[in-house]
Amino acid sequence: MKICISSLGKEKTSMMDERFGRCQYFFIVDTKTNEQKVLVNKGLTATQGAGIAAGQQVVDEKVDVLITGYVGPNAMKVLQGSDVKIYKGKGLEVQKEIEEFEKENLDEIKNAGPAHFGMKNQ
Amino acid sequence: MKIAVLSGKGGTGKTTVSVNLAKAMGWSYIDCDVEEPNGFIFLKPNISKKMDVSILVPKIDEQKCIHCNKCVDICQFNALAGTNNGVLFFEKLCHGCGACTLICPVGAIEEVDRVIGKIEVGEDENISCMRGILNIGEPMATPIIKQLKKLNKEEDTIIDCSPGSSCTVVSAIEKIDYAVLVTEPTEFGLHDLKIAIQLMRQMNIPFGVIINRGDHKKDLIDRYCEGENINILGKIPFDKKVAVLYSKGKLLIDDLVYERKFKEIGQKIWEVGSCN
Repeated sequence: MKICISSLGKEKTSMMDERFGRCQYFFIVDTKTNEQKVLVNKGLTATQGAGIAAGQQVVDEKVDVLITGYVGPNAMKVLQGSDVKIYKGKGLEVQKEIEEFEKENLDEIKNAGPAHFGMKNQ
Repeated sequence: MKIAVLSGKGGTGKTTVSVNLAKAMGWSYIDCDVEEPNGFIFLKPNISKKMDVSILVPKIDEQKCIHCNKCVDICQFNALAGTNNGVLFFEKLCHGCGACTLICPVGAIEEVDRVIGKIEVGEDENISCMRGILNIGEPMATPIIKQLKKLNKEEDTIIDCSPGSSCTVVSAIEKIDYAVLVTEPTEFGLHDLKIAIQLMRQMNIPFGVIINRGDHKKDLIDRYCEGENINILGKIPFDKKVAVLYSKGKLLIDDLVYERKFKEIGQKIWEVGSCN
């Protein structure tokens, strides 16, 4: 299973980024092979449609589970269109978020949060 | 001569200057502030024609689509997304550039009209007027502004612009002969005036400044313009009479003093505008 966490940094000890469309990085772990990689979020520099660009990138990586803070309405459509399950992170380090998910301590997000949430922190 | 009225800062009196100048001089009026066109409140023209403005957007035929995602990759506006359940289209993000239709290898994309607003054409007693109205929730105003300018057949026209200095203003002032920058004697007014001046200089448009809510004393705008060698076309005083007329939706030129003032300003614009 591929798990993706929106992250503020490139390390496993980096904090989760509450934003999805405008987060810094995607930290992706394959639980089967234990492979991991970090990608710069394509939505970060988008002039518009950041959530859609970020969602597309996550979908293209064939991610099964996304852990983040808030997902806007457009990103939600893209992620749900490819059956990505979304979980509400606790704002911890990337590694801890994965542990929390594996312990089934995270709630699934089924409804989109407010649009342009990530712009508040710019 | 095409004359645009803009400001940088909002609420400085663009529309007040525009409608009164147009009426005083007998120039036609176009309201290009399509997000909140309010010039017709004062001009009250008879609307003789209404027409929709639309942009071309993609319509994807899922039967033909091979899910290559080429359309998704080419889109510079993130208006398309390729998912397991087909291509998603986000219409509000689409600029109608047509790249997706061109790149599609199997001809699965057809272009269809999407209405984003309308244009109203009208006549007041002595001038012709037009205004664009962007539908509520629509983000892109420039197609309406471009259409307004294309429809205008009048020689002498006042173009009432939106505040700021973004695409909406740029598309409204393309190919104009002269610009009137309306400002107020405040720090904010000066700050945004400087941005508008930068835009004028970059686009090589001759311009002059009108100070609204000013008095006979030298203010910070006077001093700035003096230093920069910028022509001040006139001052509209901070006068209760103006507020009263405005609050009733009346033109300032209903008052003789202001009629004379706007004619003077108009004459000045005509003279400096024709020199260029």
